[in-house]
Amino acid sequence: MSKLRSYIRTFTLWELWQGLGVTFVNFFKPPVTLNYPEEKAPQSPRFRGLHALRRYPNGEERCIACKLCEAVCPALAITIESDVGEDGTRRTTRYDIDLFKCIYCGFCEEACPVDAIVETRIHEYHMEAPGENIMTKDKLLAIGDKYDAMISADKAADAKYR
Amino acid sequence: MFHTILFYFFAIVLIGAAIGVIFARNPVHAVMFLVLAFFQSAVLWLLIEAEFLAIVLVLVYVGAVMVLFLFVVMMLDINVEEVSGGYTRYLPLGVLVAVLMVTELAQIIWLRSTPGISAAGFASTPDGYSNTKALGAVLYTEHVYAFEIAAVILLLAIVAAITLTMRKRPGLKQQDIAAQVAVRAADRIRIVKMDAVKPDTGSEP
Amino acid sequence: MKTLIPDFVLKAWMSLWGMLPPLMQYLVETTFWILVVMISVILTVAFTTYFERKVIGYMQGRVGPNRVGPFGLGQPFADVIKLLIKEVIVPKKSSRFLFIIAPLLTLTPALATWAVIPLSDTFVIANIDAGLLYVLSLTSVGVYGVILAGWATNSKYAFLGAMRSAAQIVAYEIAMGFALVGVLMAGGSLNLGVIIEAQAGGVSQWFILPLLPLFFVYLISGVAETNRAPFDVAEGESEIVAGFHVEYSGVAFALFFLGEYANIILISALTSIFFLGGYLSPFEGWTFLGDNNLVSFLRDPSLGWLCAKICFFIFVFFWLRATFPRYRYDQIMRLGWKVFIPVTIVWIGVEAVMAYLRVGPWSGLATASLAG
Repeated sequence: MSKLRSYIRTFTLWELWQGLGVTFVNFFKPPVTLNYPEEKAPQSPRFRGLHALRRYPNGEERCIACKLCEAVCPALAITIESDVGEDGTRRTTRYDIDLFKCIYCGFCEEACPVDAIVETRIHEYHMEAPGENIMTKDKLLAIGDKYDAMISADKAADAKYR
Repeated sequence: MFHTILFYFFAIVLIGAAIGVIFARNPVHAVMFLVLAFFQSAVLWLLIEAEFLAIVLVLVYVGAVMVLFLFVVMMLDINVEEVSGGYTRYLPLGVLVAVLMVTELAQIIWLRSTPGISAAGFASTPDGYSNTKALGAVLYTEHVYAFEIAAVILLLAIVAAITLTMRKRPGLKQQDIAAQVAVRAADRIRIVKMDAVKPDTGSEP
Repeated sequence: MKTLIPDFVLKAWMSLWGMLPPLMQYLVETTFWILVVMISVILTVAFTTYFERKVIGYMQGRVGPNRVGPFGLGQPFADVIKLLIKEVIVPKKSSRFLFIIAPLLTLTPALATWAVIPLSDTFVIANIDAGLLYVLSLTSVGVYGVILAGWATNSKYAFLGAMRSAAQIVAYEIAMGFALVGVLMAGGSLNLGVIIEAQAGGVSQWFILPLLPLFFVYLISGVAETNRAPFDVAEGESEIVAGFHVEYSGVAFALFFLGEYANIILISALTSIFFLGGYLSPFEGWTFLGDNNLVSFLRDPSLGWLCAKICFFIFVFFWLRATFPRYRYDQIMRLGWKVFIPVTIVWIGVEAVMAYLRVGPWSGLATASLAG
């Protein structure tokens, strides 16, 4: 009896019809996608995107060239050289992040004792020429200056979980 | 006039392709020349309104036989230098066959040109004449036994080829798909009902 | 027409036309119709790619292309332009001539078959007696493009793809041919027009009813013949990258693409002609609807019905692709040789016996009338 039933199922292509039914039903369901550039998914304040170097409110660079981020970076994307600054403090002369190596893990941000290096929420960027993937200190500081309000708000929102 | 031009065009391509089959160094190119030759002869048959034969030539020879040929030739790693070395070796035999065929053709042409023996060539077919129907009528009435016997012999050849090549090696692993599909959950797993039991707290380390 | 073209232009045209010798007239007219059919097929191919992406998109909860033009309708043209301006790269160790001619060999048979397909009850480019054989022989020739592409590329992946596809197409051609033998028995002719006319008289007369298993065999073999999912082992991107067209780019790739989709449309057209009555209307003979213009338009055979049936089958192709995972290669061979061929042979026997005994839907077949 069960053999007969299995024959009938085989020759009526029963299971194939079931599969086709699933796709057919889904054909009429509304799409679940977002129309990306016009619509965007909500972003967490913890989103890890493009990097930035921050300053203190008085304009002084936060980074003290402790090289903790360079040490912790699992992808070896950060290169730091340091020297004594004009005012006698320890300062970086070079702070490069290779965006092609970076895996956006956020360890540099966590390692930083002075909250100098942060990852912003910016993720829609691109490079047009070779070499643009290296984020130099000037570029990182410029991003930090430009998006200071956003970075501060994100850090404040996340502060109580740290 | 138009027909004659077409005939000569396709005949020239046919002869060119046939020469290509012999002189092509690469066996795959030779096979492709042979395909071209088949196509051209099919077109020549179309020109004398033998459409059934023409299309069947393309269907059987180009569509099936030559594909298998190509299959085999492509799989073989033939050394081109070696093949061309055998060219002079087989030349006498080839010349002999060629001379034989030319003699036969010449005889037919001579026979045709003799007055009284079917010198008219092909009579043009009347309107509504179906090549396929005529062929079928002859095959299935006059020559039905020969036709059926030929079919049975071919079938026998297929079955023989399969039985000769199919052998069961020991340790050969094969799937039985019908058995796989027919399997039901009850055949593979047994669902056991068990009463809830209190864990034995004493044995805990 | 008359209002658009001035009278004297029309007259001049007619007199010029009359001056041509009849052979020239015939050639010009045929060439014109061939061009019309070819261009429409190629345009349909363009929109078929769009249709495919939309259908599969919606089945997967996406929207498909929607950026170029309204509803993304410009997408096919954007793709074509992209492919046309790309460079055709010919591998150094390839067989150059065969490499370039291979895509043409896939496309040409797919387009040439349209010569015998009756597009409406009055229009067919070449009304030949052995139309069905012509269709069979041209579909079998289509395999050369794939094999040669694989061989000429001189790459492992391409060669594997070509071998797979060749074996698959040869296997399924037999099942396809046998399914068509059933159609042949039902229609009593090799002429596609006669086969369609044999199905006249409403849905109950269509061959899909008495030949249902053959219909499924033909449709599935058609999917396998065109190397479409779930039979796309010839491309098998997860195993052999892209199969026979790994090394193709630019226009050469576009031609392969065109050939594949032209074949899909062709198989859809043939399936509708052989089993669903081609250009015949499903409402044929519904006289109780009255007799106004709209109703008779719906009832009469027309190109529109053929197009509707073709569209349905194209949808089925994409539906199958969205539903089923790829067959394993040995299972494809098993299905072709050990399932489809026996099924078709058995059903041809059933059909013959039923038609001889004049049972139910089989009583209307041509074979039944031969039985006297």
